[in-house]
Amino acid sequence: MATDPSMVDPLAEAETAPPVVEPGQRKRLSKWRLYGRRFTRNRPAVGGVVIFVLLVLFALFGPLFAKYDHVELDFLALSDPPSPEHWFGTNNAGNDLYAMVVVGLQRSLLIAVVVATGTTILSAVIGTAAAYFGGRIERVALFVIHFLMVAPTFLLLAMMSNSSGGDWKVIALVLILVSWFFQARTIWTLSLSLREREFVHAARYMGVPGLRIVFRHLIPNIGSLLVINFTLGVVGAVMAETGLSFLGFGVKLPDVSLGSLIGIGASSISSSPWMFYFPAAALTLLTVSMALIADGLRDALDPTSAAGGRA
Amino acid sequence: MTTPVLSVRDLTVSFPSEAGRVDAVRGVSFDVAAGRTLGIVGESGSGKSVTSLAVMGLLDENARVGGSVRFEGEELLGKSDVQMSKIRGNGIAMIFQDPLTSLTPVFTVGDQIVEALTVHNPRMSRRAAWSRAVELLKLVGIPRPEDRVKSFPHEFSGGMRQRVVIAIAMANNPRLIIADEPTTALDVTIQAQILDLIKTAQRETGAAVMMITHDMGVVANIADDVVVMYAGRPIEQAPVDTLFADTRMPYSIGLLGAIPRVDTSEKQPLVPIKGTPPLLVDLPDACPFAARCPIVTDACRTAEPELVAVGGDDRHRAACIRAEEIRAGRIDGGPVYPLPEIPTSTLESVPRDLRNPTLEVENLSKSFPLLKGSFRKKKVGEVHAVKGVSFDVREGETMAIVGESGSGKTTTLLQIMDFATQDDGDIRIVGTSVADVKGGRAERQLRRDVQIVFQDPVGSLDPRMTVFDVIAEPLRTVGTPSAQVGPRVDELMGLVGLDPSHSDRFPAAFSGGQRQRIGIARALATNPKLVVLDEPVSALDVSVQAGVINLLDELKVRLGLSYLFVAHDLSVVRHIADRVAVMYLGSFVEHGEVDAVFDDPQHPYTQALLSAIPVPDPVAERTREHIVLTGDLPSPTDSIQGCAFVSRCPLYQTLDDAERAVCDTKVPALSGRTGVHVNACHHR
Repeated sequence: MATDPSMVDPLAEAETAPPVVEPGQRKRLSKWRLYGRRFTRNRPAVGGVVIFVLLVLFALFGPLFAKYDHVELDFLALSDPPSPEHWFGTNNAGNDLYAMVVVGLQRSLLIAVVVATGTTILSAVIGTAAAYFGGRIERVALFVIHFLMVAPTFLLLAMMSNSSGGDWKVIALVLILVSWFFQARTIWTLSLSLREREFVHAARYMGVPGLRIVFRHLIPNIGSLLVINFTLGVVGAVMAETGLSFLGFGVKLPDVSLGSLIGIGASSISSSPWMFYFPAAALTLLTVSMALIADGLRDALDPTSAAGGRA
Repeated sequence: MTTPVLSVRDLTVSFPSEAGRVDAVRGVSFDVAAGRTLGIVGESGSGKSVTSLAVMGLLDENARVGGSVRFEGEELLGKSDVQMSKIRGNGIAMIFQDPLTSLTPVFTVGDQIVEALTVHNPRMSRRAAWSRAVELLKLVGIPRPEDRVKSFPHEFSGGMRQRVVIAIAMANNPRLIIADEPTTALDVTIQAQILDLIKTAQRETGAAVMMITHDMGVVANIADDVVVMYAGRPIEQAPVDTLFADTRMPYSIGLLGAIPRVDTSEKQPLVPIKGTPPLLVDLPDACPFAARCPIVTDACRTAEPELVAVGGDDRHRAACIRAEEIRAGRIDGGPVYPLPEIPTSTLESVPRDLRNPTLEVENLSKSFPLLKGSFRKKKVGEVHAVKGVSFDVREGETMAIVGESGSGKTTTLLQIMDFATQDDGDIRIVGTSVADVKGGRAERQLRRDVQIVFQDPVGSLDPRMTVFDVIAEPLRTVGTPSAQVGPRVDELMGLVGLDPSHSDRFPAAFSGGQRQRIGIARALATNPKLVVLDEPVSALDVSVQAGVINLLDELKVRLGLSYLFVAHDLSVVRHIADRVAVMYLGSFVEHGEVDAVFDDPQHPYTQALLSAIPVPDPVAERTREHIVLTGDLPSPTDSIQGCAFVSRCPLYQTLDDAERAVCDTKVPALSGRTGVHVNACHHR
């Protein structure tokens, strides 16, 4: 079309334009630095991170200090209480409990983080996409979710993990498959109101593609829920795995997890309590640290929290 | 003068907060006499609502209240909640802002009126209470009150619900009615009905009325005395005529200058008050308005001025040390507020026909199917939200669509923004028909030319993104190289009057007006030809609103934009628009050049709409003739054979049978001087 001479291109019109700051002259505070600053102001959350980091370090470097391997049997020390030789004591077969707790913690951490990450991502993407796109995608997603809700998933889980022979990877995968849909449905309901918000319309009218709206506008706005879901997912995965192991369907010997150790320790708590307390303490520290971190993250990410969107 | 019904002296209210003590109300004193109406005006955060809640004793427990509130000589402060509830709803009644939430949805309106009656009159029999309820509903103008008394709140429209709320307020013949923004949530024609009704209620009960509002027009319409509040203090207090004729305090002058007038055609820029109200935490001992005042002196910053009588009139008091110098909004021979200069466009000298159209809409329609059945949805009918709307917008022109809620104006906008293909019509944006837009790339290309600004400055910005990312989003979407995004965002921030160095903050750190500016900056990012504005200023305070309107005016001229503007506020439309279309139930009833439509409205609906708007001038307001429409908008699901306006039309009442038959059976078409001023009425 013909451009009228009075039409002003703001990029070209320098004299009325405000002083333009040279790029790079001023460092823009990135969103993540801001979140970081707000998170570190929260003492308990930092404490949670410290505990969690210590647990991870313990799981990673603990084996370096172990005098025994977790499958090695010491027949001279059966059901021994903690001693300089066996720091956490031994079980009735002579396994060193320190080595077993370290390995069990590794296993549990891995399963928990993998499962929580998997369910959070899967539920977030499916829940928000179903709500945003609507129509057929929504109907199919809801059908699957509702079907899984009434299916006897624990039975499924037990059978599948049992037939895999206690491989932790299969257990993690199955745990993801049977736990994403409850969260997905909550996220779907929340996203329904989110998709009617004006900033989502605004993005659509800018021509932003649908999937990018889902990732850039919908998912960040349920961020605090996802964080809670992730923490609960960690705790839930540990619990589910403990339950499975207790029933004999979980991680199988020689592989151990905190769940299986607690399961064994619980049966002999009166005669050899250390067998219960050490793995249980590790589990408690893990879940408590996750809860503290979640709290701090939610306050840092939520623009309506006490920090009020300020730096 | 008789003893006042309500006498407030040195009322202070403060709340604890994390940032420190918030002094929400700092020394308010006023009297309200029986049969008089006191208007309390102020912007959000000025303490007007907190004052009313303090009088009612409805404040939060952690609020600290000081001073004295005497109702009929009886001290109310310090009374327990139980003692207060004997007075509330009996001696003092309250009408809240939102009629949708102030009625309990699970009880019939009759139950709720009866409850209000029997709570304070335990001896009243149920039969007597019910007949009184019917009587009250009749008094507030609800048709067929005998049947409607058994209806639930959701069966009433917003205006009708507000009538029920007023009926409940009147139930026990209160001596004081407190109305907190009673018409803000309502359409103008309904607002006119409700204001009339409050006057009726006052006449019937002889009560004193305390009217809290932000709308100077409403004050001019209903109040006898006015208190203007700012930062928790009254800064000017006077009888209504004096206040409007001889305004002394710069803030009040600013408030009056900031409102566009529906009854004047001359286009001059509005007077924005720069800045924002102060936070009510740790206020220094200075005039709270000093930072925004155009005539501030050093003395203003050393002590907070007292509210003192000015001009030798004991009833007119102002809190400004220069009040005596100010006469009727002028000081030292010039206006208190220097008028901002808005450049005029060279486009205006080009005749309209020679300018290129940026948007052409032909016969746009939208209907929603009515579905029934829980398992298999069956279509049982259609709701015609928009029917056969045609218009065009030319370069450098502002086209406004006005109408009440439910008239289909927003649907029209969204249809255009959705690039909805029309069965029997077309939408062309800068010459490109939306029917030809296929695929994401072509759509994005066209979206560069048309952008939208939304009504709600809070909802339209993603709270999780920094302002930089918000403004950069359209640029990134159209594929601007990232090296150019940074400078362009800084430039856009400057263009809308924001500090570019604030772009790393989140939207929550900005005030409403600033957020709307961010929304405008985002819309301008891709250099669009057409900006669609969906009620862009209706959520803002008046002083801020003026700044945004001026900005829109200025940007239009500087960037040669066209606006498609949707609003329910006719004053704003008159100020900003070049052409206007009045919409009623999905169709245009009048369409033409803005001065032609406003100065010489033809359609009875336009006439009623224009007369319903209160003008911020008490003298003019008293002499203006108000056409009060009866009833509400008919439901769009009704199938109407003839003219849609028949059910509310004042002209229809005056016609003879033959003329009425035309209205009842034939849908009127737009007729008149094509392109200049057309209307859809058979008899005009």
